Amino acid sequence: MSAPSIEVRGLAFAYPDGRQALYGVDLHIHRGERVALLGPNGAGKTTLVLHLNGILGTVAGGAGTGSVAVGGLALTAENLVEVRRRVGLVFQDPDDQLFMPTVADDVAFGPSNLGVSGADLDRRVHAALSAVGMVDAADRPPHHLSFGQRRRVAVATVLVMEPEILVLDEPSSNLDPASRRELADILTGLDTTLMMVTHDLPYALQLCPRAVLLDEGRVVADGATRDLLADADLMAAHRLELPYGFDPMSVPGAR
Amino acid sequence: MGGAHGDGLLVAADSPVHSLPAQCKVVALLVGVAGVVATPPRQWWAFVVYAVLVGAVVAVARVPVPTVVRRSVVEAPFVVFALLLPFIATGPRTEVLGLSLSESGLLGAWNLLAKATLGVVAAIVLAATTTPRDLLGGLDRLRMPRLLVAILGFMIRYAGVVAGDLQRMRVARESRAFRGGHLRHLRVEAAGVGSLFVRSYERGERVHQAMVARGFTGRMPALATAGASGRQWLVAGALPAVAVAVALSAWVVA
Repeated sequence: MSAPSIEVRGLAFAYPDGRQALYGVDLHIHRGERVALLGPNGAGKTTLVLHLNGILGTVAGGAGTGSVAVGGLALTAENLVEVRRRVGLVFQDPDDQLFMPTVADDVAFGPSNLGVSGADLDRRVHAALSAVGMVDAADRPPHHLSFGQRRRVAVATVLVMEPEILVLDEPSSNLDPASRRELADILTGLDTTLMMVTHDLPYALQLCPRAVLLDEGRVVADGATRDLLADADLMAAHRLELPYGFDPMSVPGAR
Repeated sequence: MGGAHGDGLLVAADSPVHSLPAQCKVVALLVGVAGVVATPPRQWWAFVVYAVLVGAVVAVARVPVPTVVRRSVVEAPFVVFALLLPFIATGPRTEVLGLSLSESGLLGAWNLLAKATLGVVAAIVLAATTTPRDLLGGLDRLRMPRLLVAILGFMIRYAGVVAGDLQRMRVARESRAFRGGHLRHLRVEAAGVGSLFVRSYERGERVHQAMVARGFTGRMPALATAGASGRQWLVAGALPAVAVAVALSAWVVA
């Protein structure tokens, strides 16, 4: 059996101001899985995500314990560049992620940093843009695109690095229903391992067979998304609420 | 700034000036302006030649004249200073329409106005015929330090985002019945500017995180741009060559 895409063991972390965000998180994600990371505001979801590629944590000079391995490769200072290539992070605000003059330049930014150039670079940029249906926008400046289009380009900027795992922070936030569905179509069409942080519980059910519930810096539940969402006591105890009228047992979920 | 739908200051058209590589246009602009600035101000005919040349470029580039006039407003502070010069400069004086004006001041005003206007119009043509992206690529080709090119690129990219932030803050303030414009509202305005600064700073941090997450190690990748052919350099060089020739002959005549 191949190495898991993500293996987190006993991860604890406190911010420099002393606020403890993670209290020993264990997480195991197999290759090809699609996992939703759920939890109320302030549960430590984003902190955990920023640990996966070493932006926070001991490799970044922070205080904490525990280990992270991506595709069998331990996150250490020497492996930092390779781990960052393997973990594709899509941030919540595409304006934070897209900063180059044109969409194509932006998608090329990551691979250029890895030393890819010339025809090989063009080929990868084209492949990533076509995976999100944005080839036509290649030469446009990012600020001319709609929000949904920018989110899709942000996904392409990460796909182009051929990551082991794609990690999305609130992928459906601020999207209109059509853009939300288009993004779901794109994400389900990818065969990359996927983890998404979200408050959009129907979206989690639609896209991710498995869900991990994080609260107060600990994993409090880990199982089939439908079972978690249907557990009313668990949901109430961790400030999670389903949209009005939504019954997780009555809709088809991800398999 | 550029607004949501324009690409910087570009006036989209299909002209020979538009199709020239940005690096040629930048060099042509710099050399041409240097020629104009070096011309002795008393050689009126030279400035007539320059004006005809710049006018011809505007026509060839198909930049609408009203656009050029509107954008020339950036020159206004220089115009004000130039208009003041004849009144405040010292030296021999002369009568114009019953006003006593300084001769050297008049000459200085003419010198400033003519050269500034020519330079501004030439720069407007550059901006109107080149996308910001091509301009950045051209500067990169001209071996401008990549860090400076990157800073310029970030400025173009985020000016609109920051302007949007400012606009939303203003709308949010005014929706709560705030009416600015008065001196005692300065406190509120100042707090707004402060929070805009903090927001932009935080955005900078997030952008940096996103860059680091994609393997950024402190060196920006080059922007892919095509090189310029010898013919393109010749075409772009024609105008500054004439300008330099005119400037030299103006010195010889003077």
